Order: sequence, then C-alpha cells, then structure tokens
Amino acid sequence: MDPVSAFILLSNFVVIPALAYGSQLALGALGITLIYGILRFSHFAHGDIMAFGTAVVILTTWALQGFGISFGVLPTALLALPVGIVATILYLLAADRTVYRFYRKVRAKPMILVMASLGVMFVTNGLTRLLIGPGQQRFDDGTRFVFSVRDFREWTGLSEGLALRSSQFLTLIVALVAMALLFWFLNRTRGGKSMRAYSDNEDLALLSGINPERVVVITWAIAGTLMVLAGTLYGLDKSFRPFTYFQLLLPFFAAAILGGLGNPLGAIVGAYVVAFSEMGITYAWRRFFEHLLPESWAPDGMLQILPVDYKFAVTFAILVLVLIFRPTGIFRGKSV
Amino acid sequence: MSVNLRNVALFAAMALALLMTGMFQSWSLALTILNMSLISAVMALGVNIQWGYAGLFNVGVMGFTAFGGLAAVLVAMPPTEGAWAAGGPRVILGLALGAASILAAIAVWQRLPRGKLRVAALIAVLVAGYVITRMVFAPAADAISQVNPATQGFLGGLGLPVILSWPVGALFAGGLAWVVGKVALGLRSDYLAIATLGISEIVIAVLKFESWMSRGVNNVSGIPRALPRPVEWQGYDWVQSLAVTLGFTTNQMASIVEKLGYAILFAIVLGLLIWLSEKALNAPWGRMMRAIRDNETAARAMGKDVTRRHLMVFVLGSGVCGLAGAMMVSLDGQMTPGSYEPLRYTFLIWVMVIVGGSGNNWGAVLGGFIIWFLWVQAEPAGRWLMDNLTAGMADDSALRTHLLTQAAHMRLIMMGLALLLMLRFAPRGLIPER
Repeated sequence: MDPVSAFILLSNFVVIPALAYGSQLALGALGITLIYGILRFSHFAHGDIMAFGTAVVILTTWALQGFGISFGVLPTALLALPVGIVATILYLLAADRTVYRFYRKVRAKPMILVMASLGVMFVTNGLTRLLIGPGQQRFDDGTRFVFSVRDFREWTGLSEGLALRSSQFLTLIVALVAMALLFWFLNRTRGGKSMRAYSDNEDLALLSGINPERVVVITWAIAGTLMVLAGTLYGLDKSFRPFTYFQLLLPFFAAAILGGLGNPLGAIVGAYVVAFSEMGITYAWRRFFEHLLPESWAPDGMLQILPVDYKFAVTFAILVLVLIFRPTGIFRGKSV
Repeated sequence: MSVNLRNVALFAAMALALLMTGMFQSWSLALTILNMSLISAVMALGVNIQWGYAGLFNVGVMGFTAFGGLAAVLVAMPPTEGAWAAGGPRVILGLALGAASILAAIAVWQRLPRGKLRVAALIAVLVAGYVITRMVFAPAADAISQVNPATQGFLGGLGLPVILSWPVGALFAGGLAWVVGKVALGLRSDYLAIATLGISEIVIAVLKFESWMSRGVNNVSGIPRALPRPVEWQGYDWVQSLAVTLGFTTNQMASIVEKLGYAILFAIVLGLLIWLSEKALNAPWGRMMRAIRDNETAARAMGKDVTRRHLMVFVLGSGVCGLAGAMMVSLDGQMTPGSYEPLRYTFLIWVMVIVGGSGNNWGAVLGGFIIWFLWVQAEPAGRWLMDNLTAGMADDSALRTHLLTQAAHMRLIMMGLALLLMLRFAPRGLIPER
C-alpha cells in the first residue's frame, strides 16, 4: 500500500499529459465554438488551417535556426509564432473574402457554408503539403524538461518518478494566458462585447449599430491566433503531421459540442473532459492499483479499458452520450 | 427520363477522354480508370441519395465504404483452418454479449423511472457487460491471432463467391448507418456530419487493429476473384486470336479482357442502381423526400415523420456506399485498412456529387467519372505544370526539387477549387436537378 506512489504515477502518466493535451484541445475548440457562435456554421477546415499555420511556424523556426537565432531554454518556435499567426489570420481573411462572405450575404443555409469550408479544407490541405510535405516534422529545441524523472527522484527520494516536460509546462502557461486574455477581451472590451451581442442576437446587434463585418474579422483573427497557438503547442508536445491535425477535428468538435456550441467556457471544460477521458480510458491502470491495493489483491491484467488505438472511440462515445442525453451541451449552447 | 442533348454530349466527352487515354497512354490504364470511375459513380450515387434527396450531410463515406469492403473478406475468404477451433465461437459469443449489454442498457434506461437508481443501474449494467464481454472476447481474439500469424492469424471468411459480398457489404454499411442515424438524426444538421466523421475514423481503427477479423495492418490479400485472373484468360483460344488481330501481346490482351469483364459487371450494378433510384425519385416516395428536403416544416405538417424518413434515406445511401466498398475490395483482391484516407474516400466523393449535380442521379454518375479521371490524370499534369513553371530555376535548386516532389499535392488544391467554384457559380452542378 503506497498511496503517494500511486498518486505520483497517476500524475506522471495521466494528469500532466491530459492537462497539456486538454489545453491544446481547448485552444482549438474555442476557435470552433467562436466561429460557430458568430458565423453560425461548423468550421471543418479548422484542423487543416491549424496545420497550415503550424507549417508556417515550423518553416520560420528553421529559417531562424539557420540564421543561428535561438530562444535560449525556450523553443525557437515561440519566436516564430507571430509570423505564423499573421499568416494564418491573413489566410483566414482571404478565405472569408473569397468564399464565406458571399454565402453570408445571400444568407445561405448553414450546410452550404459547411460545404464551402470543406472546399477550403481541401485547398488548405494541398497547400500545407506543398509547403512542408505530408511527413512528420519535429521542431522542438531548448531544454527538454522543467524537471526530469531523475531530478524528481533525487529531490524526493521516492521510488516513482515524475517528469514535467518543458513543452507541457509551456502549453499550460500559454493556454492559461491565452484563455485569460480571451475572456478579458470578450467581457471588457468594445470589440468583445460587440461579438457577444452579435452572437446572442444578430438583429438586435445590427440595430444597435454594430458593424457585422468588423465582428467577423475579429472572430477570424481570434480563431486564427488560437489555432496557431494550439497547433504549435501540439507540435512541440508531440510532433507535427498534417493528417494528425486533420484528425484533431473530432476531439475539437466533441469538446465544443459537449460544452455547448457557441459557449467559450463550455468549450474549455469540454476539452478537458475529452482529454482526461481519452487518457484515463486508454491508460493501463495496473501499476496504479498495485500501489494502492494490498499485495495479495494485486490485479493480473493490464487494467486498460481500451487500447490506445481506439482513443477516437472514446471521443466519439462522449459525443454520442452528449447527443443522446443533452444535445445542447452541458452549458446550454446556442441551438439543438 | 428526358434525353437531353447537353447531357449526352457531356457523357460523350467523358467517353472520348477515356478513349484518348487508351490511345495515347495505354488501354490498360484507361480501363483501370473506367473501373474505378464506375465504383466512384456508385459511391457518388449513394451520397447523392443522402444529400440530393434529403439534404443529409454524411462526412463518413470512407467508414461506410471500408465497412462494406470488410464484407468481401468475411464472405469470400476461405475459413482459416484451426482458427475457428482456436476461438471462433468464443469471439462470436463475445460480440453477442457486447451487443446484449448495450441492448440491456437501453432497456434499463427506457423501463426504469427517472432518478438516481436508473443512472446507477445503467452504469452497473454497462460495467458488468464490459467486464464479461472482455473476459470472453479477449483471450479468443488473441488465440486466433496466434494461428499461423505470418500468413493468416485471422478467422477467415465463409468461402462463398465474392459477388455475394456486394449485397452483404450494403447490409453491413446500412446497419452501421442505422445505428449512427438513430443517434444523430433529428438534431441539428451539423451533428450528423460530426457523428459520421467520428464513426468513419472508428471503423478504420477497428479494421486496423482487430487483427482476428481483418488481419489489421497486415492486410488481407488473395481474396478470391469474381472473374478469372489474366493468367487463366490467356489459356482461351479466342483471347489469343483476338490478341493477334488487335496487335497486343497475349499478356496485355488477357489483362484487358479481365478489366473489361469487371467493367461490365460494375456497369450492370450501376445501371441497376440508377434504374432503381430513378424509379424511386419519380414515385410518390421521391416526391415526399424532395418535399421534406425543401420544406421540413410543411412536410411535417402533412403528417410525414421527417426523422424516420431521414433515417431510411441515410441507411439506403450508406448501403450503396458499402456496396461500392465491397466492389472495390473484390476488384483489388485485397483489403488494406491503411490505405483508407478521408480525403480520397469521403471528400473526393463530395466533390463528385457537387460538380456532377446534386439531386440528379445522372449528374452524380457523371461527376464520379469526371472527378476520378481528373484525380488520376492530375498527378502527371501537376508534375508537368510544375516542371514548366520552375523551368527557369537552376536544375539543382532546392526549391525546384521541393516543388517537383510535392507537385502531386497540387491535385488536392485543384479538387478544392473545383468544389468551391462549382458551389459558388454553378451550385446545381453540371447536370442540374430537373
């Protein structure tokens, strides 16, 4: 019986990775939910534009590294972030001008906008592959660990180890700052208030003199920033591959729907629920229970509920449960 | 069916493009394109049934296609000796137990009164069901994977003729669609899109990792053919004499004959499907579907059960996609779960439907032909274009080599642009709905 070890083990393999993954999902899901709230369609190009922005960040990182510029202990990619963010926002605005604005003007059905976003997805997909290729890229540099398993063991003298990778730490910090800024913006500034007003009641917002095109531009800018942050942090934490980013679409949507589409706070909560369920259900709990239970009760199986290969099934199950029991999400999103 | 000269001209142009491919590239390539075009047309027909008739947005075509393809393995492969003894009945029992526990959970939810007791009972049923299912299932699946793992390690199939797997594939995909539709239909229209996106990823994951069933990433190859192989065709006298008359080698002739044979089979299936769907579209059923699509509220006011009709159409359309999946696997003679990717199997089909003309069966078929042709031919065309664009650069320029190696991805951009342009400027497609 060793509850401390059990707790450390759990932190190392489930809690910390899930917190980092959840933060990355939250940044993506926030974008989905904001676009849904303002533009009123499900943005299927999200994952691929995220890959595009991250590809720009990676290329800039390589260029910086080529010039011998680095960011000390922090990854050089952080220096390249602004370039990626600006490129992504410009890309999104260009897509809005050439594609989405027309359908907004003619008040097309939401499905047509979704279809248009599929077209944008296709184009972006090709563009990203043209830029950087379909393969896997790693672009992390700087120190790898805030503290490693060995450091932790030396400090505490415990048998179980705990490590905090710098990419995980960075993810948590950046995500927290980004979310705090976002909520400050939404609640305290004119632009944010006009966004919320527009999302709540379009006609009333128009009546009170809010310029819808400005709201749309702000929305794309915020979503673009969040996408590049999410993509870069995910890439630093795991690795970059365009197809993986496309696949993130499912957890993004699951998180946003779980929290109630159009509800930013809900998207964040939803993202952590998805991340913790994914990690918890695909983690082999055997050693955790070995620490927690008396020796004679030790389990003989791996106690893994589902193999890691089925992590999408976990996300999907969450989605299905929400759709069956509470289609508007936990926090009552915009519509059923 | 009104014969419209413009439509005939469009199909004639398509046939001409295929003939040109045959004359200038090779007949074998032209027939390969033709066969995949026919399968693509069936898939496009399936998507068109859902989108064109009912406005349902299915982004999981890949999943239904792959699941239909599984039928070809389960029907046509010979049963693996020893695998059934190792754990066949037990695996089936495990699956049945899993299904039973889900049914039990549904029953608990529907029968018990609201309250904490119901939630507790539901969780208890699910947990117990999971543990029992896993205890029965996992050892058997492992045992099957141990049977001759280098070449088999899976249960095999029933050893029946592969053509039988086509309707079975349709049943598989339709059944899956029924489950998805039950959950996601009747809510916001986007939810179906997201649910289908999810189920298609899961189907691929299952095919990749349930090795007792589909050998997973090791692929099932050597699925019995629907028609004799080229080697067998070579033995026929008429093939040999035809080769002499047309100036091919016997080898080439045999492969052309085989491909032609498949083309005829697929064309029969496609023709049958078009005939059925045209009949349905012009029957009261088709008018009801269009009424629902164009004004759900009005249709509901007329007493139509919109959600149930949607479910029906969703199952039918997905079934057609599953049929196409089984046809494709039997054409390839192998099941390769790793090769299913959403861009090719879901989104490309959507481009076909939108370009061809949603709501019109002939349009969807034409779209299937045109887009598949472009998809295949865009690769060399993209390389040629890139080669000329970068001709000014030095031969060893890093940018030039990069652009040339990535030129294949040009076709993704091209397809996206085709979709966006059609959606904007000709949303009714090449052959609009009447």
